Amino acid sequence: MPRRTMVEAIRDALDVCMQRDENVVVFGEDVGYFGGVFRCTQGLQQKFGTSRCFDAPISESGIVGAAVGMAAYGLRPCVEIQFADYMYPAYDQIVSEAARLRYRSNGQFTAPLVLRMPTGGGIFGGQTHSQSPEALFTHVSGLTTVVPSNPYDAKGLLIASIEDNDPVIFLEPKRLYNGPFDGHHERPVMPWARHPQGEVPDGHYTVPLGKAAVRREGNAVTVLAYGTMVFVAETAAAETGIDAEIIDLRTLVPYDLETIVASVKKTGRCVIVHEATLTSGFGAELSALVQENCFYHLEAPVVRVAGWDTPYPHAQEWDYFPGPARVGRALKSVMEA
Amino acid sequence: MSSARPLSFHVPEPAVRPGGTPDFSDVPISRAGEVRRPDVDVAPEEIRDLAFAIIRVLNRDSEAVGPWAGLLSDSELLEGLRHMMTLRAFDARMQMAQRQGKTSFYMQHMGEEAVSCAFRKALEPGDMNFPTYRQAGLLIAGGYPMLDMMCQIYSNALDPLKGRQLPVLYSAREHGFFSVSGNLATQYIQAVGWAMASAMKRDTRIAAGWIGDGSTAESDFHAALVFASTYKAPVVLNIVNNQWAISTFQGIARGGSGTFAARGLGFGIPSLRVDGNDYLAVHAVARWAIERARRNLGPTLIEYVTYRVGAHSTSDDPSVYRPKTESDAWPLGDPVLRLKNHLIRRGAWSEERHKQAEAEIMASVIAAQKEAESHGTLHTGPHPSARDMFEGVFEEMPPHLRRQRQQGGV
Repeated sequence: MPRRTMVEAIRDALDVCMQRDENVVVFGEDVGYFGGVFRCTQGLQQKFGTSRCFDAPISESGIVGAAVGMAAYGLRPCVEIQFADYMYPAYDQIVSEAARLRYRSNGQFTAPLVLRMPTGGGIFGGQTHSQSPEALFTHVSGLTTVVPSNPYDAKGLLIASIEDNDPVIFLEPKRLYNGPFDGHHERPVMPWARHPQGEVPDGHYTVPLGKAAVRREGNAVTVLAYGTMVFVAETAAAETGIDAEIIDLRTLVPYDLETIVASVKKTGRCVIVHEATLTSGFGAELSALVQENCFYHLEAPVVRVAGWDTPYPHAQEWDYFPGPARVGRALKSVMEA
Repeated sequence: MSSARPLSFHVPEPAVRPGGTPDFSDVPISRAGEVRRPDVDVAPEEIRDLAFAIIRVLNRDSEAVGPWAGLLSDSELLEGLRHMMTLRAFDARMQMAQRQGKTSFYMQHMGEEAVSCAFRKALEPGDMNFPTYRQAGLLIAGGYPMLDMMCQIYSNALDPLKGRQLPVLYSAREHGFFSVSGNLATQYIQAVGWAMASAMKRDTRIAAGWIGDGSTAESDFHAALVFASTYKAPVVLNIVNNQWAISTFQGIARGGSGTFAARGLGFGIPSLRVDGNDYLAVHAVARWAIERARRNLGPTLIEYVTYRVGAHSTSDDPSVYRPKTESDAWPLGDPVLRLKNHLIRRGAWSEERHKQAEAEIMASVIAAQKEAESHGTLHTGPHPSARDMFEGVFEEMPPHLRRQRQQGGV
C-alpha cells in the first residue's frame, strides 16, 4: 500500500472527490496555480481547470459567504482557510449562515461545504499561526468538527466530510502534515513514509464521521486526545510505562460518547489532552461528559492537560505546548489519586 | 512646543430633527426622462455619471417619458399596481395583527413597494434573490401564496419554516427567494457565490443581492463587491436607500461618498441610481442590469432612492428621531399613487376602478388571514411541535441531539 504524508493524503482526497463529483470545487487563498501554502491543493487547478480550483481574494468572510451561496446553488465547495487563525473574519458566515441554513429554511436550502483549516502550533508560528479554535466550532449547533491525526484518517475523513450534506469544519494539525510528532521538538521527525499510519490506499474510501478510534489499548487510564496530542499521549504512556488506553476522537461534534464511556468505565481514570487553551476548551465538555456518564466508575478526578490561557507565544512555544512531560505528570497524578 | 490646534471630531447629522421642518432641498433630483440609457455592454467608466443622477420615468404630469420608458404594457402595469396594492394591504393587516398580539413582530414596506414588486417582474424563473426583510414584494409579485407568508408570520401549524424564524424572514426556494438572515449583509456575498456557481456550471440563471443603505457599512458588502468584480459574477447588487437605518440617517453609513451607487465605481462595476418610487423606472433599470448579467457582462450595482414611510419595525417609533411630516415632504412621492395616476392618464384605469380594486384586494387579504388564523397564531391554536425543534439541525439527527430530545420529553 502506498505511503503518503498528510498533505498528500488530503490532496488525494480532494482529487478523488473532484473526479467523482463535478460539483466539488476547491478555492481559497493561494490554492489555485500555486497549490496552497502547505501544497495541499497542488496540481488540482492544472488537472481540473480554473472553474474547479481557483484563487480567492484575501477576504475570509467573502470566501465562506461565497461558498455558502455556491453550496445553496448545488455545488460542494471545499474551501481552504489558509490558517485556522484567519477564520475569525468569517465567523459570522460560519455560525449564523452555514451552520443555520438547513434549520432556518426547514431544509429548502442547505450548505454542504467543507472548511479546511491548518490548526495548532509547533512550527514557530506565533500567536496568529498557531491557534486551535475547535471549541469555537463545537459550541455551534449545526457544525460538524473534525480533527484527523494521521494520513489514513485525513483522507477518509475528508472524503466523508465532502460527501456529507452539512457544513464540516476540517481542522488539519499542521505539525502532522509531514510526519508524526511525539512532542519532543528537539528530536528529528519520523516521516510518514516510515510510519504505519502513513499507509493510504488509492481511490475512494471513507472514515465515518462521529466515530472515535482506540489508538492504544490499556487498562489503567483513558486518555482522550485528538490531532497532534494523540502522539504526545502515546509518547507519555511509553515514557511513564503507564498502561494507558488512548482514544483518538477524530470527530469532536458529533462526539462518540459510546467509545469514551466504555473506555473510562473499564479504566476508571481519565486524562484529557488538547493543545487549545484550557478554559472553556473542548476538554471541559469531555470532562463533563465523563463525569455525567462515568461518575460511579471513577477512581480519580478527571484531569485536563491543555495549552495555557495565554495567547500562543513565539519564543516560548515549547513552554506552551502540552508535551509528553506534562501529560506524563497528569497520568502519574491520576494513578496516585 | 507643537503649534498644532486640537482636532475636532465629526459626526454627520441629518438636516432636520423632530420639531423641525422637513427639508430635502439638498437632495439633487434628476428630471424624469433626463438621464440617458446606455447599451448594456457599455464600459463602466463611460457611465460614471449614472452613479450620481437619478433615473426617472414618470414626470409630474404622470406621463412616462425619456429613454427608459415604454417597456411595459397596460396589462403589465396594472398587474404591477395590483402587486403594490396587495403588499400594502397585506402590511396593513399584519401590522394590525401584531398590535393585536397575534405575532411578535412585523416589518412593513410603506413607500418602498415599487422596488421589490417591479424588480421581481424583470426576473426569469430559476433566478435567485438573496433578500433582506423588506422585499416581500418579491414574493407577492412572484405569486407566492399570501397564506404561506401569513402562516410564517404567525409561526403556526402550517408555518413552512416550522416556527424557527422570526416573522417575515421567509424562505421560498421555488419562488427564487433565499432564506432571509437576521444578520445584515451576510447574504450579499452569498448572492455573488450563487451567481459564481451558476457561471461555473455554465447555467443561464442569475442572482440578485439585496441590502439596505445602513448595512453597506458591513464588511460583507465590500467582500461582495470584490468577489463580484473579480469573477465578473452574473449578479445584480441592489442597495435600497430608504434614508433610515432604524434611527440612523443614511449619512452615517454613506460618509463622504457622494452616493451609495458611487461605491461600485472603485470596483469597476457599472453603478446606477434610480427613483425607487417609480415602478416604471425600477423595472427598466432592473431589466437593464438583469440583461447584463444574463449576457455574461458581469455585475451591476443599483441604488434605489426611496423613503421608508413607516417605522423600521413594530418595535420602532420614528417620531423620536425624525419629523412626523417628513414622509409627506419626500420629493419622489408615493409609488402606488404615482403608478395609479399614470394608468389613469393612459386611460387604462380610473378612480372608481381603483377604489373597487382596493376593496377586492383587502377582501382577499382578509380571507387569507382568516384561513391562516384557523391554523393558529403565535400564542393561540395549533403550533409546530417541540419535537420539530430538534429536526433539521443536521440532515440526520446525531446521538447527542437525540438524547437531548429525550431529556426534553418530546
